Order: sequence, then structure tokens, then C-alpha cells
Amino acid sequence: MSELNAILIIAYRDFLKLLRDRARIIISLIFPLLFIGILGGSLQANLSSDVGYDFLVFTFFGVIGQTLFSSTASGVISLIEDRQNDFSQEIFISPISRYSIVIGKIMGESLVSLVQLIGILIFGFIIGVPITLSGMLTLIPVFLIICLLGGAFGVLVLANLSQQRSANQVFPFIIFPQFFLAGVFSPIKVLPPFLDILSRLSPMRYAVDLIRGVYYWGKPEYSKVVLESPTYNILVIALMFLGFVTIGTYLFVKKERNR
Amino acid sequence: MTTLLSKTSGEVKINGFDSEKDSSKVRKSVGIIFQNPSIDLNLSAEENIRFHTILYGIYPFSPAYSLMPESYKKKVQGLAKVLGLENDLFKPVKTFSGGMKRKLEILRSLTHEPKVLFLDEPTVGLDPLSRKSLWQYLKTVKKETRMTIFLTTHYLEEAEDADQVCIINHGKIVAEGSPSQIKKTLKTTYEKKYQGPSLEDAYLAIIGDSHE
Repeated sequence: MSELNAILIIAYRDFLKLLRDRARIIISLIFPLLFIGILGGSLQANLSSDVGYDFLVFTFFGVIGQTLFSSTASGVISLIEDRQNDFSQEIFISPISRYSIVIGKIMGESLVSLVQLIGILIFGFIIGVPITLSGMLTLIPVFLIICLLGGAFGVLVLANLSQQRSANQVFPFIIFPQFFLAGVFSPIKVLPPFLDILSRLSPMRYAVDLIRGVYYWGKPEYSKVVLESPTYNILVIALMFLGFVTIGTYLFVKKERNR
Repeated sequence: MTTLLSKTSGEVKINGFDSEKDSSKVRKSVGIIFQNPSIDLNLSAEENIRFHTILYGIYPFSPAYSLMPESYKKKVQGLAKVLGLENDLFKPVKTFSGGMKRKLEILRSLTHEPKVLFLDEPTVGLDPLSRKSLWQYLKTVKKETRMTIFLTTHYLEEAEDADQVCIINHGKIVAEGSPSQIKKTLKTTYEKKYQGPSLEDAYLAIIGDSHE
């Protein structure tokens, strides 16, 4: 019971911090809007007639997956910042399990990402992404799953970094290639073998594909857009999540004790 | 000793619990004030305290002060009064001075009623007034709660009132005992070098000797 309370308060703290940081909310909205509006729009105008589906919608859901994934991951990495402010000591000397700390952090940052998503969804309605209310409701659990995966990925990255500065340098390097390997704005139905292997190693691929799988379910474009079935994607995500959290927490705790 | 770092050798027991095997119980029985303040500057003082009490499993999670149980409010207000923070509880910690942050940390760690309070150079960077009031407060707390205070300091006058003092030089214990004991033994060994009446003089004599 007290572990659950601890998880809740750690998560709640992240949420409070977001509400007090207006600039962060605004910036987090601008980036996805640029992607969808400019990149998606230009691709839509030039390519849509060839691929046989609406490119703007394709990019829209890709960007949602990417945003949830990377914003939760980078949020979890902010534990490094806490460590530099010495606030993490307060969390680490409390009598709760190290896993609770990590889970609480993942939950908190997931919540933060979901709040940031609201703006993108409103934008989606404005540009006329066709989606029903029930379609929206089925997507909500999918969004949460993707946040959790992003958070777990963040833990793994965090465990291997020691300073905020190195995090700021390394993070774009491991996230940016995934934009393309995961097919956020570009179709990856056909890839050369080398890139195909890299793409399958990219956790973001499964996140993006899961959203599209659920959204396009039963629609005529399904076979043209979606790579694997949602069940397959969920399975891979679950395995990755467990692996990342276990290994990440183990390494992180070990490094903290031998600091 | 506080379970944060692994020990190099030997056995560590705090409040009867092994610090490695029973680390969770040890963490429950100690309060720690680090050299660098470990407060979240984005939160208010009360939020920092609430975060702490929930982490320690004393109260269930609640998103607002008004929803917390009466006993919590009473405890926080009471402790804040003793420390003179009662008017600043709901202000953001960003606006606090160094002394106020220290007091807030001590207030926070007292909420889970630790048996041992670790203070790692708690008065570094504080003005004389805050330093004095902090010590006055710590003495009251010590008397009222009968808790052990484990202090590391470079200001030896702060250790004069301690029951037990341990002087460490280059990572090794060079002298141990009550302040008066240490002074007494030193008087006989270092008759020439040891001149003053305070612990600081004793310290200088020992350290000076090991450097020769």
C-alpha cells in the first residue's frame, strides 16, 4: 500500500512541475505541429496520389506515437537532473523499493506526455483527421502503452548516463534516427535489409505501428499502412518494457550505490 | 551508513538493523540532512513535506494540503512553529534563504520521527544568526525526542556539547571519546604542542602530529 502511495506521489510531483512550467507546455506543442503541419502537409501534396492513402493522417498518427514515446523517455531522463540538484537523495533514502521510484517516474512522465497530447489532438480535429469518438476512446489505452514503453526506454538510457549534459547530447542521437527507422513520417513497408534490421531494433517502430494498427483497423488502407498486427506489436512492447525496466533499474541502482 | 552507498568492509548496524540486508528498515529509522540541500525548488515548503511523509508511508497519497488528515496538518504546523517557518509553509522554496532551506529539511526529516538524525555539515554557508537558532532548535529536539544526532562538521565548537566525538584524518579514526576525554589524553601525550582548552586545539595537535 505504501509503495503505491509512493508511486502516486512521485508521479504527481512530475505533473505539478509541468503545470508550473508554462514554457515547456508551449514548446511541446509547437514541435509536433511543425511536423504534422509542414512536413505532413508537403508530403500530402506531393505523394498522396501515389501511395494511395491520406498522408496527413498517416503522419498525424506517426507524430503522436513519436511524441508520446520521446517525451516520456526524455522526462524519465530528468532523474539525472534531480540527481544533480541532489533532490534524488531525498527519494533514494526513503524506505521504498527502487522499482517503485522508477515506476513512479514512468507514470508521472506518461501523464505529462498525455497532457501535452491534448494540444495535438485538437490540432488534428482542426485539420480534419477523420476519427470517431469510439475510435478515440479505443486509442487512449494505446497512448498509455506507448508512454510506458517510452518511459522504460528512458530508464535504460538513464542508467547508462551520468550527467544532464551528456544526456542532452546523447538523447537526440538515439531518438532522431528512430523517427525514420520507425516510419513516423515516411513509409517503411519496403526497406533494404540493413535498414530493416535497424528498424526492427527501434522500439519506436512498434509504438507507431501499434497506433496505426488500431486506428486503421477495419479500414481499407489497413494493409497498405500497417506493418504488423496490434497483437504482435503489443507482445513486443510488453517484452521490451519488462526488459528495459529490469535491466535499467538494476544498472541505475548499482551505479548510484557505487558513486 | 545511510544505505546510499555500499560499505567498503565490516558491518553497519543502525537502530539494530543491518544497513545492507535491512536497508528499508534502516531508512525508516534515520533522517538525513545532506551537505547540499535536497529540496525540490519547484514545490512549496508544504509540498516538499507532504512528498516526504507520503514517501515514508505515514500518510496516504493526496493531491492537496486541504485533503490531508487533521493529524498531518497539526504536526506540520507544530513543527513549523518551533522552527519559525509557520508563515512560509505555502511559499515556493525558490524564495527561501539558505538557513530557511536547512530548517525546512530538518522539519521534513522529523516528520517520520527518526531514531537517528544524520547531519552532514548542516551549518555550512549559514549566517551566524541562523546557525545559532538552528543549534538551539536541534538541542530542544534532542531533549524532547531523545533521538541520536550524528554530526559531521569542520566547526569544532559545534562538537563541544557532543557525548561522543570521533576525529578522522585521512580516512582513519585518530581519536575517539567524549570531548573532555579527548582533551585529557591529549594533555598528557602532547604536552608541548597542546595549549588551548578547546576541541579545536586538540584537533590541531593530533592532525599536526600525523603530518610530521
